[in-house]
Parts: sequence; C-alpha cells; structure tokens
Amino acid sequence: MSASPEAFGGRQGVVPRRQERLYRVKLINEILKSFALRLDDWQGQSFILSSRTGKTEIVDDLMAVWPAAEKMIGRQLDPMDPALLAHLRHQTMGH
Amino acid sequence: MTKELGHIPVNIITGFLGSGKTTLLQRLLNSDEFADTAVLINEFGEVGLDHHLLEEIDENTLLLQSGCICCTIRGDLKDAIRDLYSRRERGEIPAFRRLVVETTGLADPAPILATITSEPVIRHHFRLGNVITTVDAVNVVMQLRRQPESVKQVAVADRIVLTKTDLAKPDVVKKARDAVRRVNPAAPLIESANAPVDPSLLLAHDIHDDSHKLAEVARWLEATRHDDHHERPHRHDANRHDARITAFALVFERPMDWTAFGIWLTMLLQSRGEDVLRVKGILNVVGVPTPVVIHGVQHIVHPPVHMKKWPDDDKRSRIVFIVRDISKEEIANSLSAFNRLARDLDRNHDAA
Repeated sequence: MSASPEAFGGRQGVVPRRQERLYRVKLINEILKSFALRLDDWQGQSFILSSRTGKTEIVDDLMAVWPAAEKMIGRQLDPMDPALLAHLRHQTMGH
Repeated sequence: MTKELGHIPVNIITGFLGSGKTTLLQRLLNSDEFADTAVLINEFGEVGLDHHLLEEIDENTLLLQSGCICCTIRGDLKDAIRDLYSRRERGEIPAFRRLVVETTGLADPAPILATITSEPVIRHHFRLGNVITTVDAVNVVMQLRRQPESVKQVAVADRIVLTKTDLAKPDVVKKARDAVRRVNPAAPLIESANAPVDPSLLLAHDIHDDSHKLAEVARWLEATRHDDHHERPHRHDANRHDARITAFALVFERPMDWTAFGIWLTMLLQSRGEDVLRVKGILNVVGVPTPVVIHGVQHIVHPPVHMKKWPDDDKRSRIVFIVRDISKEEIANSLSAFNRLARDLDRNHDAA
C-alpha cells in the first residue's frame, strides 16, 4: 500500500491529536474484533497489533495496520466481508 | 495542497498501441506555455518513430533503456526521473517546470503512478498531474473488450483524448464514446481530430491548481448526475475485460466521519486495491464546514485537498468509483456500515 502518510492523518484538526488517536484506535478495534485481533496505542508513538493467539507486532501508522493484520491471520481483511458487516450491524443495533 | 505547490507536476500520457500518444505529445509540446517541459519516453512498441520525433521536440528527452516501463523498468523510471532532477539542480539542463512521461502502448499505468507518488526522493520534488489517455475511435471498442491494459489506461485517466474520429463513421465514434464513458464517466472526453486540443486543459488544470480545482471537482460531479445512465449490471465475463469494470457514483446524505472513512478506504485498498481503479469525490466531513476532496488510483491515495467552498448547492458527500468485480451495493453497504459505527461510537461517547 502506498498512500501518503498524511492522507489520513487525523480529523482535519477538529479534535485534539491525542483524542483523535484514541478514537481511531477504538474505531479500528470495532473492525478488528471481527477478525479476532486487537490494536493498542503504544506510548502515543506507534501501535501494537495483537491476535488472540498471542502474536504481536508493532506498527507505525494506520496504513501499516492492514498488511500486518493480513500477515497475522493469513487472509485479507475485506471491508465488504459479509461476516464483518453482520458484526457491525449487530454492534450498531445493540445501542 | 499547499505543500505540493512547489512540486513539479508529472503528467502521464498513456494509450493503447497506435492510439496517437506521440502525435498528441507533439501538439502539446508545441505550445509556448509548455515549452519548459521535460519528456521521458519509453522505447518499447513504436520504437524508432517515438525516438526521432521526440528528440526533435525536446532536448531534455531521455530514452529509457529497456522494455516496458511498468514492470521491468520501474527502477529505470525512478532512476530516470531522479537523474533528470539532479541534472536540473546542477544547471546541466534547463529548469523544466513540468515532466511528461509517455508510456508504452502495452503498459499498465498503475506502477508508473505508484513510482511517482511513492518513491521517497521523487515524491519530495514531484507530484502527479493529470493522466491523459489517448483512445483510437476506430479500435477502442475491441481493445476494451480484449485488452485489460487498455481498460486500465482508460479507467485511470483524468483526461481522455479520442483520436482518429475523422477516420471513423459517426456511429462508430458514438459507440467508441459510449464504451469509453462506461469505463470512465468522470474524465473529460476530448476529440482531437477536428479541433485544436487545449494544452492547459489537458496538462495543467488539475485538482492542485487553485484557480481550477473547483471546476475540476464540478467535472467529476457531473458524472454523478448521469450515474443511472452509465451504471451497468455486475457481470462476471472473463473474456470481456470491460464488462468486469463498473463505474458509479455514491451520494451520502449524512456527513462522513473522516476517521471512519480513512479506515474504510485504507482497508479497501489494502485488500482490493487491484480492483479499485479509481476513487474520487467530495466529502462533507463531520465538524468541517468546507468540503474535502479525495482521490486515489488503485493502491495510491493522494493527500486530501481542502476546498474553500462547495462547487454547487449540493452539500452531500459524492464519490465516483471505477471498480472491477465489485458492485455498487457492496461498496455502499460497507462504507455506510463504517460510518454508522462511527456515529454510534460518537453518540455513546457523548452520552458517557
């Protein structure tokens, strides 16, 4: 993936950087749950991606999450995956 | 983006074999406005002809040494651009203000775009300008059916030049226009045979040009108004390459969560980037009063461009997609689900 690092840097300065970072992690985790993965902030500098089976990897930015996750679970994380969408529907209907 | 203003724009001229790339290039470079343009060509295909013509056009021409740009010479393209830049900096060649790369007729343009936008040194000094694709009115319908490279060349274009319309009957030209429009409804389609081409419209008016970006976005959005006309049923026919491509526009009533959109698009491009030939649109972002323009080609996402105002009264997010083997519903359902999730998280956060 070759996106400019600044392409998805944040919410256009509307929220403080740290708050935005936490929000991003929270949102990604809702997606990653469906693939039995989890992302944690690492000292505000990078992120730690971990699997339920105990694999971990440090990733620098949002762009790097997907290739690392793909390697970890051995398949692509397709945002159009029906199981993922069913999971998201369930999440949003729960509230 | 302001950051990119000082960058040297790079235009790509692509198009199938015999579609008139070099003739177009000659016409463009004859214009005084683009006299200080450096040109890189590739020797595969229309070999000697390209070489001689272009040497006469521009002394800055550097001939790439081997085969096809897209796979074997990506390194060469990188070296060629870096070399040109060093020579420019050392004053060995004039300080060109624009670079044009002419691809081979058989080239997949995506790796060339990737080289320009991703190679660390190049992207520091250059930025991608318009991709111009020549299509031959007589042969394009057949080429789009049979040649995957041809479909890609049309799909990634910012400008399409229909050539040889003087050699074809009106119904053939109409069919050619329709076939091209189905693959790429958003790029201006210019017929070059009967009228002079406007070099500025082709080369310079792009999304990074402050005086034209509003018009450029308005052109994209024009495609969204004719969406029903251009959209085609989702089919799997491995023998017809153009039948696997769908171009459509999505309109979102609710403002888009920027973070959710970023997560969604990067995830989509990582998993299906090969099939996402083009994404471009204007977003109404939550918490941001002015529109944000996004555009991407395959795995490449450009930095978002902030607009000072909306191009028209419609303030909804509108995105044009050109995709392969993906339906409009799949994209719409998926992006809506991500955006809904963000709204939900925000609401819960506010309630907490």
